[in-house]
Amino acid sequence: MIAANGRTGTGFAMPRPGAGGPGPAARPQPAGPGPAGDPPPSAGDGDGGPLPGDALVDLDEEGRALQISALLERLDAEFVGLAPVKDRVREIAALLLIDRLRARYALSSSRPSLHMCFTGSPGTGKTTMALRMGELLRELGYLRQGQLVTATRDDLVGQYVGHTAPKTKDVLRRAMGGVLLIDEAYYLYRPENERDYGQEAIEILLQFMEAHRDDLVVILAGYQDKMEVFFRSNPGMASRIGHHIDFPDFSLGDLMQIAERLLEQEHYRLSPPASDALRQYIGLRMRQPRFSNARSIRNAIDRLRLRQAGRLVAAGGRISRADLIEITAADVRGSRVFNDTAARPPDRTS
Amino acid sequence: MRITQGTFSYLPDLDDGEIRAQVQYAIGQGWAVAVEFTDDPHPRNSLWEMWGLPMFEIADASAVMHEVTACTAAWPGHYVRVCAYDATLGRQTTALSFIVSRPDHEPGFRLDRQETADRRIRYTLHAYAADQPSGERYRRDGERSP
Repeated sequence: MIAANGRTGTGFAMPRPGAGGPGPAARPQPAGPGPAGDPPPSAGDGDGGPLPGDALVDLDEEGRALQISALLERLDAEFVGLAPVKDRVREIAALLLIDRLRARYALSSSRPSLHMCFTGSPGTGKTTMALRMGELLRELGYLRQGQLVTATRDDLVGQYVGHTAPKTKDVLRRAMGGVLLIDEAYYLYRPENERDYGQEAIEILLQFMEAHRDDLVVILAGYQDKMEVFFRSNPGMASRIGHHIDFPDFSLGDLMQIAERLLEQEHYRLSPPASDALRQYIGLRMRQPRFSNARSIRNAIDRLRLRQAGRLVAAGGRISRADLIEITAADVRGSRVFNDTAARPPDRTS
Repeated sequence: MRITQGTFSYLPDLDDGEIRAQVQYAIGQGWAVAVEFTDDPHPRNSLWEMWGLPMFEIADASAVMHEVTACTAAWPGHYVRVCAYDATLGRQTTALSFIVSRPDHEPGFRLDRQETADRRIRYTLHAYAADQPSGERYRRDGERSP
């Protein structure tokens, strides 16, 4: 559309300097003021009054309109294992669907409390899952923005009297409309120091979690045993969290799948003997102390890349694209893990 | 007499959903949103009291709605407005400012005429509310100011 003055335009606009490009803080947003962030409209509601008591609605059709199955499939494809988490997301999605249908019969449907606590061993995907949770809940229509704000003790607890409340409230304000992830939440509470301000932050958190259940989802993440202690000393916190999800350790098969995916993302490929060697490696590594699930696998893959690069550079000469991609059994068996155990294979080459 | 200051002031009062949508738009533009209040309705009174610091880095209008509710509750019988500051280089100004809460009864202004030299007249506006000390304006009977 060409406006009368020859410039393209869609309406009234004040001439202003710097209007040519988006400002540094500008984010994509609908072009004008309007009701942003409403939950996605469901099929065929909003017209007329409630359905009569004996009417039937099509569950499958409503589900398709909300695109729940596509969402769950994506979750399945993206995360290996983690069955309890996926089950919980499936239930939350199902509740949303049922609530939509209940609303059409004018039955009450209040928003469930979605505060969560993720516990589990190191490297089981707690933080990664929390990152995705905001997005998931937004797509399900439970959150308006779905942004993730990560906070640790330092972000919430102040240094002196009167410093904690504004700090905590500021973090909470930034997290509204999305997810507040408090990693290693048990550090908020320090029982050994009675003048610690952590307790104040916890009280403000509890108040906000209760009063703004519709605006904010708080996720606490941490290791199981320390979390138990934290909840025992803060019973109010435990009861305000509706979903206690324990992340199980990955099985050997899961870890193998994770390794393959990570390698694929980095454009590497395991040769078939290397694949067997990696399986053996993971089996050995799992029995070692300080094994931290997927994180150990990621570290192992970084070392694989180092050994591959070392091998290629040492060999010198002309190499092909396939050489750059392939990781051989020798790269895997170069690991210290094979050295340290009695199950050292005889065919170790480097 | 209804005070008309800022954007939307000739429209009927915005309801909560409309305020939320406007604030969300401001946040989407990358503006910092602040809540301010006053009980001095004079049109040239542009610097109102700040209710906390401007809110930077917020993503959702519910944070602002929370502060508006808290400010209105703490200062009944005051004007409360929402300002959005555009910090873009070359702009650096209030981009949007509108009243979200006002006293129930607004007595309005009287016109004062002052005789000066040579029979000249100077005119000035005087808010009836400003006859009372700050904090006691717009107060209904029996209501205590904070």
